[in-house]
Amino acid sequence: MIDLTRDEVKICAKLQGSLPMTKRPFKDIAEELGLTEEEVIAKTKEFGEKKYYRRFGATLRHQKAGFTANGMGIWCVPNEADRQRLGEALAAYSEVSHAYERPSFEDWPYHLFTMIHGESDDEVRQIAKRMSDEVGVADYDVLFSIREFKKSSMQYFDYWPLDD
Amino acid sequence: MDDIDRKILNIIQTGFPVTEAPYEVIGEKVGVPEDEAFERVKALYDGKIIRRIGASFDSRGIGWTSTLCAMKVPKEHIEDVAKIVSAYPGVTHNYERNHEYNLWFTFIAPDLAAVEKGLKEIGDKSGFGPVRNMPMIKKFKIKVDFKFKEKKEGAAQ
Repeated sequence: MIDLTRDEVKICAKLQGSLPMTKRPFKDIAEELGLTEEEVIAKTKEFGEKKYYRRFGATLRHQKAGFTANGMGIWCVPNEADRQRLGEALAAYSEVSHAYERPSFEDWPYHLFTMIHGESDDEVRQIAKRMSDEVGVADYDVLFSIREFKKSSMQYFDYWPLDD
Repeated sequence: MDDIDRKILNIIQTGFPVTEAPYEVIGEKVGVPEDEAFERVKALYDGKIIRRIGASFDSRGIGWTSTLCAMKVPKEHIEDVAKIVSAYPGVTHNYERNHEYNLWFTFIAPDLAAVEKGLKEIGDKSGFGPVRNMPMIKKFKIKVDFKFKEKKEGAAQ
């Protein structure tokens, strides 16, 4: 775990939420925390440069924005030497948001995972079929979420241990 | 949502300006005054198109560990097991999916030992362990912004 000062944790806790919807959001955060606007801006940039966060920006509600369906494509690539090349090829599709290699098990023969987005489940299936044909991975499946039990963003800084 | 809104969304999804007057910067990029850029973003936020504007912290970047987990749970028990799983603050996503492995969730914790302890607990409490732990071996892509197609005709420059 990285070392953070008390002020840095307070700033991170603000950044993991949503910016105040005002014209000077960093000034408003600074006032609330008893810091200066310059400090908050400098720290926000510093955290980005240190790769504490991946992105600083707007997150959309995809359903409202017209991206209604997504499916988890799972791909069986038994030969380890092929996984880098095929993983990159699957990741290259614009409809794919996330692509990873993960461990397989005797009852789980899949090695590559891709989140595929489309306007409907059918479209997601069609995209996966096209990927399978073009990339050349015949053994695959697409898992859809039938029910959402929880969807939240991690509140890391609510649990951050402080020494002083 | 018009073309200027789409342009603004494309910009602020990739990177919201970290500066004193961010809406002035956004306005300059799409060719509208600061006030208008602000009102447009506020309308998209109030209209629930934008969920939040902030940092997407990287669990690995801050030295935490995260993993994807799967369980095989008999249909009649899935709601009870899902409740046990969702109670952990480190579980951010928890879904039923159409597979024999039917309960899928993410688990985030400060270190590997805490992940293993949590998954063991979930297995024991639910009675349907062991929980399959599928941490990422390699990352090929993470893309969290979606580009909107901007119409060429009538686009404000």
